Amino acid sequence: MIALETEKLTKDYVTGTFFKKRQTALDELSLKVEEGEIFGLIGPNGAGKTTTLKLLMGLIFPTSGSAKILGKPIGDQSMKGRIGYLPEHPYFYDYLTGRELLVYYGQLFGLNRVERATCADALLAQVGMAAVGDMPLHKYSKGMTQRIGIAQALINSPDLVFFDEPMSGLDPIGRREMTLLIQGLRDQGVTVFFSSHILPDVELLCDRVAILNQGKVVKSGRLREILDVSIHAIEVVVEDIDDAAESQLMAVATSMRRTGSRCRLECADARKFDEVLQIIHSHRIRLISVLPVKQTLEDHFVQEVVGSESMQHEKF
Amino acid sequence: MRSFNQICAIALNTYRETVRDKVLYNLVFFALLMISSAYVLGKISVYQEIKIIKDLGLASISIFGMVIAIFIGIGLVSKEIDKRTLYSLLPKPISRTQFLLGKYFGLCLTLAVNVTVMTLGVYLLLFLMGESFEPSLLKAVFLIYVKLVVLIAVALLFSSFTSSLLAGLFTLFVYVAGFFSKDLKNFESVVEGGILPHLTEVLYYVLPNFENFDIKALVVAGQPVPITQIAWMSLYAMVYIMLLLIATTWIFEKRDLE
Repeated sequence: MIALETEKLTKDYVTGTFFKKRQTALDELSLKVEEGEIFGLIGPNGAGKTTTLKLLMGLIFPTSGSAKILGKPIGDQSMKGRIGYLPEHPYFYDYLTGRELLVYYGQLFGLNRVERATCADALLAQVGMAAVGDMPLHKYSKGMTQRIGIAQALINSPDLVFFDEPMSGLDPIGRREMTLLIQGLRDQGVTVFFSSHILPDVELLCDRVAILNQGKVVKSGRLREILDVSIHAIEVVVEDIDDAAESQLMAVATSMRRTGSRCRLECADARKFDEVLQIIHSHRIRLISVLPVKQTLEDHFVQEVVGSESMQHEKF
Repeated sequence: MRSFNQICAIALNTYRETVRDKVLYNLVFFALLMISSAYVLGKISVYQEIKIIKDLGLASISIFGMVIAIFIGIGLVSKEIDKRTLYSLLPKPISRTQFLLGKYFGLCLTLAVNVTVMTLGVYLLLFLMGESFEPSLLKAVFLIYVKLVVLIAVALLFSSFTSSLLAGLFTLFVYVAGFFSKDLKNFESVVEGGILPHLTEVLYYVLPNFENFDIKALVVAGQPVPITQIAWMSLYAMVYIMLLLIATTWIFEKRDLE
């Protein structure tokens, strides 16, 4: 089943007071998100990620194209009752407490008094805010606001959630909790669509991703399809090496960097790695670690984004 | 039914927002202070104290009600956009029309409570002066309230497509011009020819006629105000508010919320 489908979704903005200029924020975005998967939308600033989410949430209207969420068009009330949304840099009614906000939003989903209270308590506990649930929102830190934003997105036990930069403003513990929360949602069968700048998190969480740049999808698909999973090099870390060993290793390794007593070097292939091992044995050097070097999402992202930008420059 | 409950939830939240705003308490405090000052003025005006209390009391309700309606009304939508609170609200299963109606009725509720408090202040002062309960004052207060709910609808309309500052200026213009409605109609007898008389005639029909809501002088002078006049004014206000809300919804439904 398809949870989300966009068909050539386009958004143009007209800028300038006297000399009108048309600027394309999103250019014919077509993508499909399957039910129960975690889909990541990544891209540099101004790529069109937030525009995509605002279009899907009905906050702005497309210039052309269409989208279906849970089989219904954008803005359908029954569909809106089955989704959750966390905006980028969320801001809520600061005269309310965290609990009041959740209860208020629960009312909009038609929950009764008991359901609202139970849901609010459960969600406050889930996002680690039970102790500050009765504190006014204007006293919340950025991380606390982000957590309450996540809680409000889940008030209706949604089938599909949209998170715009969910890790933004969270400390390392908060990020870890958020990762676990997203994984937990997937385990419950909830589809998660999120945009993020933090690529290791996307790599860790997502089943599929789309890389967006200058309003266009430059690549999309399963992570293992997108990323080159072959081993590019072998990274070796050794400790306490003498000058003679260092010069021998430098001759074999493609790169070498010393940090304190440790030395990190990269071998181009298995044959070079064997040579490195022989040097290590002969000089009785302490081996710390051996790791295969694969392409990360970050490497791929930079390659795709820089590549598409240089192509744009060539056109001009 | 669910749609109605959602509008009520938004209205109650709007009411909660205004009652938790310190600015509102300051305004009500100053209104009550002004009503109380009528007592002092009454003391120094021989045989006129009751009239002054009624005059000043009703004027205070009208002026401070107007200030609250404009100041809070112009931010009903634009503040939600500026502060981005709308971004998490509109993806919930509510329509933009429900949102607007909720905001509108929320501020109407706030004003109803404030006008009631101020009216009680006037009656308390009259009671302290030894006056018996005079129900005719309520007719004037009712029409002041009806005028204010029209003004909220005007403020909401401007708030739906422009900034708070411009919405405030436009609403104030409509409020002031609404008191000179008859002059606009008579403009053609002063200026001959040209497009101006036609323009003022259009303005006469478009702008709300606030002057007709003002029956303070009649009530204070003890002259009768027929109930049919109040009913006609209420009907006029209802139609005007409905047209304004339809226009507001039409504009807001098409607006990109950036």
